[in-house]
Amino acid sequence: MDIHFTLNGEPVRWEVAPGETLLEALRAHSFYGVKDGCSTGDCGACAVIVDGNPRNSCVMFAFQVQGRTVLTIEGIGNPDKLHPIQQAFLDLGAAQCGYCTPGMIVTAKALLDRVPDPTPDQIREALSSTLCRCTGYVKPAEAVMQAAKVLKGDGHGAKNPR
Amino acid sequence: MEPRILGKGVSKVDGVKLVTGRGGFTDDFAIPGMLYARTLPSPHAHARILRIDASKARALQGVRAVLTHEDVPRIPFTTAGQGYPEPSPYDSVLLDRKVRFVGDRVAAVAADTLAIAERALSLIDVEYEPLPALFDPEKAMEPDAPKVHDEKDTTGIHDRTRNLAASVEAQVGNVEQGFAAADLILERTYRVPHVQQVPLEPHICISYLDEDGRLVIRTSTQVPFHCRRTVARILGLPVGRIRIIKPRVGGGFGAKQEILLEDICGALTLAAKRPVRLAMTREEEFSRSRTRHPQVIRLKTGVTKEGKLTANEMTVVANTGAYGGHALTVQCCTGSKPLSLYKCPHVKYQAHAVYTNLAVAGAYRGYGCPQGYFAVESQMDELAQALQLDPIEIRKRNMVGLGDSLPMAEVLGEGKEGFHQKIESCGLSTCIEKGAHAIGWSEKRGKPGRGPILRGVGAACLMQGSAIPGVDMGSAYIKINDDGSFNLQVGATDLGGGSDTIFAQITAEVLGISPEQVVVYSSDTDLTPFDKGAYASSTIYITGGAVKKVAELIGEQIVKVASGLLSRNQSDLRFNDGSVVAPDGASVTLAQVAQHSFYTQDQFQIQATASHMSYACPPPFAAQFAEVEVDAGTGLVRVVKFVTAVDCGKVLNPPLAEGQIEGAVAQGLGYALTEELRFDEKGRIVNPNFTDYKIFTARDMPEMKTILVETHEPTGPFGAKSVAEIGINGPAPAVANAVFDALGIRFLELPITPEKILKALKERAPQEAIA
Ligand code: FES
Ligand code: FES
Repeated sequence: MDIHFTLNGEPVRWEVAPGETLLEALRAHSFYGVKDGCSTGDCGACAVIVDGNPRNSCVMFAFQVQGRTVLTIEGIGNPDKLHPIQQAFLDLGAAQCGYCTPGMIVTAKALLDRVPDPTPDQIREALSSTLCRCTGYVKPAEAVMQAAKVLKGDGHGAKNPR
Repeated sequence: MEPRILGKGVSKVDGVKLVTGRGGFTDDFAIPGMLYARTLPSPHAHARILRIDASKARALQGVRAVLTHEDVPRIPFTTAGQGYPEPSPYDSVLLDRKVRFVGDRVAAVAADTLAIAERALSLIDVEYEPLPALFDPEKAMEPDAPKVHDEKDTTGIHDRTRNLAASVEAQVGNVEQGFAAADLILERTYRVPHVQQVPLEPHICISYLDEDGRLVIRTSTQVPFHCRRTVARILGLPVGRIRIIKPRVGGGFGAKQEILLEDICGALTLAAKRPVRLAMTREEEFSRSRTRHPQVIRLKTGVTKEGKLTANEMTVVANTGAYGGHALTVQCCTGSKPLSLYKCPHVKYQAHAVYTNLAVAGAYRGYGCPQGYFAVESQMDELAQALQLDPIEIRKRNMVGLGDSLPMAEVLGEGKEGFHQKIESCGLSTCIEKGAHAIGWSEKRGKPGRGPILRGVGAACLMQGSAIPGVDMGSAYIKINDDGSFNLQVGATDLGGGSDTIFAQITAEVLGISPEQVVVYSSDTDLTPFDKGAYASSTIYITGGAVKKVAELIGEQIVKVASGLLSRNQSDLRFNDGSVVAPDGASVTLAQVAQHSFYTQDQFQIQATASHMSYACPPPFAAQFAEVEVDAGTGLVRVVKFVTAVDCGKVLNPPLAEGQIEGAVAQGLGYALTEELRFDEKGRIVNPNFTDYKIFTARDMPEMKTILVETHEPTGPFGAKSVAEIGINGPAPAVANAVFDALGIRFLELPITPEKILKALKERAPQEAIA
């Protein structure tokens, strides 16, 4: 079946199978930043933003995004122009193996879009949908806080503060 | 001279691609014509395959290869990716006539799609003869117990008639004498469960034949070179006909120090002559990857009334599950490291690693130490309590320090006898002091409050090692490019910890350039020199040593060319900011040196390779502190704050070192409180998913503080020791000790769940009523 939706700001038309998950469809189209950690909706590695809300793409059918807007890690920033959240993850060493990182960043983006001035607890709460086995969540949480400051304009987008 | 680049928080060299989702993991790659493979798991814990008929599966449209034990040769091997000869029994074959745990591999299929492969599996007709299954290692050792490995062709099994994969025994001094000299003897039995490494990226590999018909395996592995050697053996190919490519790896923690997929995936490629992709689902990851060895640990300790240890005797029964990879060496480490932390004249250690029909144990960060430290560090607290000493005080009275040797490490070794070890750097007392201060030890200890929320603090001291002495070797290759940049090629395996970055820093430090000038490539058995792989906290200590050596060799070659160009003495030249500089200010850039060497005169490639190994195994040290709140109503333990003060020698990249500790602590807290694989009466795992197997999430984490206590390790590169594993050792005992501080109840079994706490509170209640 054919679906039309907006992916990372561009209108796209994809042919997908009825039982195909959004995760499978994205990866089949080389959106490799969307990761598969469980396929059961429990780890957040496959998170994308659908109409402004973070969603685990492994437990959505591709056809469900018909007519909707999808943002993946690839649409958040790129190596030439990192998004402040990506910059903060890089500067603070918040990505270790990096497998959970796209999901974390996507989740953080959805949070900061809604809550530009989050408390540490709100950040932890939001990141709880993404499992990470490498970082203990310490640096990812700090990175989201730093990015929030940068986005509000009162950080200086500082390089590594150390 | 103060280092310029080492010791700084240099961003990861692979950081940009990781934060933009362009990491290039194994699965981020497609080859035309790739087939999808699935393997058939055993539904039985222990059974013989009487008959297997795959004809219907073979006949299914889109199926390109089907393999059962009838199609492949029987070549025993170990799945453990260790140095050769591996200190693990050769007790596995590609596909067997017998299955030994639920999930054991019965057959494999490669097909055009995953769905077809799945369907083909369901068409394989297997007739099993179920055999009595063994779940309890103590029972498995009884003489009339069924035999997990009754086949004749496997080797290296310690005693198959008693299901002993491995046994080890070692003694320093004479414990009988030591106990006779004790004023107090404490004997306890501790129990630790099956837990998993849980890398977020499940095991995956993609294999194909290249233009020359060589087998290429792109795989998420910690041990590319051991993988190549083992797969060559299993598939009957020369090592030179196999190439292992390790792209970015999504975490390993020991789970990927195993050859679990590459063998069968390669066999399917050889059978189908097509590229094949084989990945584990999360459920398979839980059921047929590897676990930390569950152990029953009996610990008997003698102590004088001044709190000096006189004897320590530890006896371990470990459940290695259906196969015995790492069985010997993990059990060696349970004894050699935890029993070395405190000076004690008489120490005895004995361990049996026993086959059962449960999930297979293997390597997991800490490698036997988290088990051992849970016992030793719980016991130290209980001894302190009996002697009315502060728990920190009793540790200080016994802990090792500078100049001490580690006799248990020497007698136990790791798979073979060890080497003499003497501590040449030790910041443990500073770690204790700073950590205690950060947690507020003296203010908070012994003040549980009145409930229903009770508070406590607890401590644990730890040490680990840095690589396997006399065994582990790493090497590195560097060449210069026209523009004065360098390619650094290492066989080492960055699992996310950041070794590629630290290698770039080391190279940059030596050659006076910035880390961005170093293009790090790891690892590919065709293109990078040999490395033992990522395990045993060895990468920075061993491979980092090789990188330093090779960078120095490159430096010598550059200086020689530069001295000709500048007409200055070699010994006067220094590296500075991409140039070679003479004292009078004359200078030449590295790009000029490179171009001269390529094109102008006495042309040659500036290039070098170096290897490194070590007979020393310097331990990093740490003190960890937990502050907990226990809800007496629900039994829930909340860790409020967790402090680690760690001496890992010279810190080469502080955020990366902290990251190692923070991640290890998160895993260790899971070990303490929430993680446990549970089995039903048929040996099936009942919680093979993230909802029921609970790893710590962001919201579960305490406030974390990591204090890096720098020392200088003379045998390490720029003074560095390891930091990867040590942080996982302390959370369980520190939390158990903190729970004791809060409740006055000692838990000898992990994880410390609300059910166990409520039960213990209930059992105590009547006594309290009487009192
Ligand atoms: S892969 Fe979708 S939640 Fe884990
Ligand atoms: S960085 Fe490895 S799982 Fe999060």
